Amino acid sequence: MIENRPFLAFLTHLVLIIGVVIVVFPVYLAFVASTHGSGDFMRGLVPLLPGPHLLENYGFMLNEGISTAGAPPLSIMLLNSLVMAISIAVGKIAISILSAYAIVFFKFPFRLLAFWIIFITLMLPVEVRIIPTFKVVADLGMLNSYPGLIIPLIASATATFLFRQFFLTVPDELMEAARVDGAGPMKFFRDILLPLSRTNIAALFVILFIYGWVQYLWPLLVTTDSRYYTVVMGIKRLAATADAEPQWNFVMAAVILAMLPPVLVVILMQRLFVKGLVETEK
Amino acid sequence: MQAKRTIFPNKILPYMLLVPQLAVTLIFFIWPALQALKSSFEREDPFGFHTTFVWFENYRRLFIDPNYVGSLSKTAVFAFSVTVLSMTLALVLAVAVNRVLRTNRLYTTLLVWPYAVAPVVVGILWWFMFNPTIGIAPYLLRAAGVDWNHRIDGTDAMILVIIAASWKQISYNFLFFVAGLQSVPQSLIEAAAIDGAGPFKRFWTIVFPLLSPTTFFLLIVNMNYAMFDTFGLIDATTQGGPAQATNILVYKVYTDGFIGLNIGSSSAQSVVLMIIVIALTAIQFRYVERRVQY
Repeated sequence: MIENRPFLAFLTHLVLIIGVVIVVFPVYLAFVASTHGSGDFMRGLVPLLPGPHLLENYGFMLNEGISTAGAPPLSIMLLNSLVMAISIAVGKIAISILSAYAIVFFKFPFRLLAFWIIFITLMLPVEVRIIPTFKVVADLGMLNSYPGLIIPLIASATATFLFRQFFLTVPDELMEAARVDGAGPMKFFRDILLPLSRTNIAALFVILFIYGWVQYLWPLLVTTDSRYYTVVMGIKRLAATADAEPQWNFVMAAVILAMLPPVLVVILMQRLFVKGLVETEK
Repeated sequence: MQAKRTIFPNKILPYMLLVPQLAVTLIFFIWPALQALKSSFEREDPFGFHTTFVWFENYRRLFIDPNYVGSLSKTAVFAFSVTVLSMTLALVLAVAVNRVLRTNRLYTTLLVWPYAVAPVVVGILWWFMFNPTIGIAPYLLRAAGVDWNHRIDGTDAMILVIIAASWKQISYNFLFFVAGLQSVPQSLIEAAAIDGAGPFKRFWTIVFPLLSPTTFFLLIVNMNYAMFDTFGLIDATTQGGPAQATNILVYKVYTDGFIGLNIGSSSAQSVVLMIIVIALTAIQFRYVERRVQY
């Protein structure tokens, strides 16, 4: 701090507190709604203080769910989301680290072409090629299956770039020493490069886990069987009960449960999260 | 392109290492993109029996369709508003966090977590707050004399999706602005303070210009976010309505293709979207290269 200005210090905290209130308030409201009984939403305004039905509502959603809306219990959807998010993160990291290794540590014909093919994936998000991608997955018989949810999303240019950047900073001497000691390429990769990449892998995992968890459009397209619904897409089905007002307390319990895992990951692994975010986007 | 000076001599191994990623990319990215390109030049008869090659007919129809042109301008308004609103709020918060010493970790934690909330969940949260029958926002607005109903009024609906989309993006911009602010040399600010510049003058003449690389980068990323990552948000709040008022391009591709089953038109729209992403990515990368020299 350069000079002491009490008013400015006060203003600073005021701004931050207002910011936090803006950020937290919608979620607070959802949480409060999730702790009330169904009848509390008839009065014309949402309740603003928590009610007594917390365990009841969450228990009901986790174990039974609203079957009239065609959605399975939340525990199944949460499990599907977990499987999808973890597989996408692991898959992206695995195929990216291998291809970055090939691009940095070997010279071979068509190396540049391979790099460009990977680069192009940056420019083709699912949203812009919806119908043909759906058709490919349908032709391969991967609708309503975990591979169909996961594999089309695991190509990643950003992860490949991050590993490439990192590998370029690994000193050449390490590899020369390894070769003098008689280590082949795969042994060098396993025993030297992988341990060195540990922090990068962890940071990337946090970002990619969130990426996988929040996917909406893709699960919406490839799953029609409720056994494969993920929680983020299932929520929409709960909220969109035709013509009737949704059962707010149950919908909001589902909303809170759906955001809890990735939000906890961000809060508990904040350092890795920030590192992953700032480095993958550079 | 850069590679190591010393390399492994293997000839087959590098291809084996590349196969998984290239296979996924070719099957699920390149091939569908080429398909979209192909069907954007074709027209299918109503029964799907045969397709005819129609050159740029789909594109021509697209750009004389008032719905599509309207969607283009709505997307522009939406992307611009989200970018400006969320970046401004994030910058104010980042500058504030950068000024506090002991509590900045706490504030940062409380501000960054919306990054992890799915856009569709964000949509539901704000849809709940602005629900015309029981929401708290319309209740307060009515008390202030504003009659809010985003189910009928297109402007209200647009404001709702802009606020919701900005809310989610504040955390992301905030983190990048904080990182940018921390790299501003303290000595420059101290020198300016000695010369008698107050906090606001120091911000506008020193800090803000030094942040311009971060600001520019975030501009592009936010445009990209508003145009492509907000599908779930729109789907959960307004579903493009009322009367197309919030039907942004990426939502229209989906409704025309999957619900309207108009493959030719939807493919042409996909191709237009691809061109937009490619342009944004190209700008971003050119700029990143420049910054490396700088």
